[in-house]
Amino acid sequence: MREGDISIWFFIGISLLVNGILILSAGLWEVFHPPANPVVLFSLHANVWWGAVLLLFGLIYCFQFAPRREL
Amino acid sequence: MMPAMAMFVASRLVHLSAVDVIIIAFYFVLVLGIGFYLRGRAQTGEDFFMAGREMTAWVAGLSFLSANLGALELMGWAAGAYQYGMLAVHWYWIGAIPAMLFLGIVMMPFYYISKTHSVPGYLKLRFGEASRTLSSVSFAFMTVLMSGINMYSMALVMKVVLGWDIHFSIWVSSLTVAVYVALGGLRSAIFNEVLQFILIWAGALLIPILGLIDAGGWSNLKLRIAQNASAEYTHAWATLGSFNGNPMGTHWTGIVFGLGFVLAFGYWTTDFLVVQRVLAAKDLRAAKMAPIIGAAFKLMVPLIVILPGLLALAVLPTRLMGETAAVASGGHSYNEVLPLMLARYCGPGLLGLGVTALIAGFMSGMAGNVSAFTTVWTYDIYRALINKNASDHHYVNMGRWCTVLGVLISVGTAYLVMSFASIMDYVQALFSFFIAPLFGTVILGMLWKRATSAGGFWGLLAGTLSSIAMWAWVKADPAALRYVALSPNARDMAENMYRGLWSWIVCVLVTVAVSYVTKPKPDSELNGLVYGVTAIPQEAEVALYRRPAFWAVVVAVIFVALNILFW
Repeated sequence: MREGDISIWFFIGISLLVNGILILSAGLWEVFHPPANPVVLFSLHANVWWGAVLLLFGLIYCFQFAPRREL
Repeated sequence: MMPAMAMFVASRLVHLSAVDVIIIAFYFVLVLGIGFYLRGRAQTGEDFFMAGREMTAWVAGLSFLSANLGALELMGWAAGAYQYGMLAVHWYWIGAIPAMLFLGIVMMPFYYISKTHSVPGYLKLRFGEASRTLSSVSFAFMTVLMSGINMYSMALVMKVVLGWDIHFSIWVSSLTVAVYVALGGLRSAIFNEVLQFILIWAGALLIPILGLIDAGGWSNLKLRIAQNASAEYTHAWATLGSFNGNPMGTHWTGIVFGLGFVLAFGYWTTDFLVVQRVLAAKDLRAAKMAPIIGAAFKLMVPLIVILPGLLALAVLPTRLMGETAAVASGGHSYNEVLPLMLARYCGPGLLGLGVTALIAGFMSGMAGNVSAFTTVWTYDIYRALINKNASDHHYVNMGRWCTVLGVLISVGTAYLVMSFASIMDYVQALFSFFIAPLFGTVILGMLWKRATSAGGFWGLLAGTLSSIAMWAWVKADPAALRYVALSPNARDMAENMYRGLWSWIVCVLVTVAVSYVTKPKPDSELNGLVYGVTAIPQEAEVALYRRPAFWAVVVAVIFVALNILFW
């Protein structure tokens, strides 16, 4: 990569971060407003913890590969 | 194209919420954004067609694997696992790992040191123009046709799963790929493939995790599969002693020699669709490491493809069936197994990510086809046969237009398949005609310096023609299957494996015979192309953990252990 280029890992960080926020938000909404027809294993609230995992990885990648750092 | 709102029809497998639609829309925005961001980085031929040859081993390796995770891969092999059980895993392990490691350790030095821009380009350097023309024309033709078939398959899946209009799916996905590849060239295709690879894992990994919890762990899963189907479904090798002993109707010799040797080595080491990604590596070490990194992840892909198929056998309340029976009875077909599992476990948000994973898989395969077609057309057909002395700028422009043209031809093929479904079988058979003989030609070219230009060309031609002849023979007289596939009970997949094996043998025998009666090139002309007359950089001074060979051994040991574990 040339100096000043944005790393592919930064784009991946953005993707994980945005998806993590959206999925975690949808999961938290469902915790307080349970759906009429829940998915199998709804009690595990997979979208809450999976969204949190994506959000965490997204933050790490965005921070680690931010353009100002990845010169 | 249909109006946007008309894409939603009444019949669908899953229902998306607003947050799911936002996740899918964000994916399209991001891949297009990457294409626009990289448009300024594709001004020269080296940038546009070879991504500047500056990819790290990780980026090249993940892209190498992602280009293969196409339309028929995710959905098709999940369905395959439901139908055939653990036998489907051979397409990921023995049907890929040895070939990928061989590419990294043995073949990559010759591809990389020769500085070729494509596999047909290597044939030109090693065997001359005739061999290049034969392989480049067949590759370009087949690649756009396969891309069209994948596109149609994707649109069909989106119709069944989401109720999306088939025209909407075809045009939106193909135009998106056309825009980001035409703007940023191979670099844009590779960047998006890495992104797509991560999304595929992020979107699909929850199914096996939740599925195993649902089934009560691996031991209970095996018990339930034994009750619902057969205990044989959880064995990879134990049932391959006879053609009748397993649901695939094949034999271990076909799996080992036909799939594991000829077809896998043909695909993973000579299909330019995947090899192009590795040629974009920044140095020889990265080029050797890239297929090894790809192999390490390939070992794990069954987690998100094969395991969901097996889990479906245990946990789904209804039995899935073949396409025809499903249409007749209104039930679900094998091909719907992955969406059914998604719908079973994934609520709002997760469902959008899962569907995005499917779309990403389809688009990475399409982008791989289009970028490989563009390079082979521009360098190996247009520049070699039509316009030899144009400027670099002219060839880059040709590449951009060719990307759009390649996508349009693929769309045309998709519509052709829509009208004449049987074309799909013919094109897939056509593609298999070229892969096995091409591997014979390339491997002899790299490892045997006595192979001559005439030997290479006539071997490739004879291997291809023999494959076509065997296919036509079985079509005309189904009883011929007992000779081609060694058993009258062999099924389509077994026939493909054995036909590949025989055509490879024909190619090798003809190449050797013709080479012995024609004059070889002097050693000085083979430097950088053939084993024994090429100085390959040694790694004696490099730490053990940085050597590609060390990691190849690690991956090979895990590969053997997994096969024993699931024997």
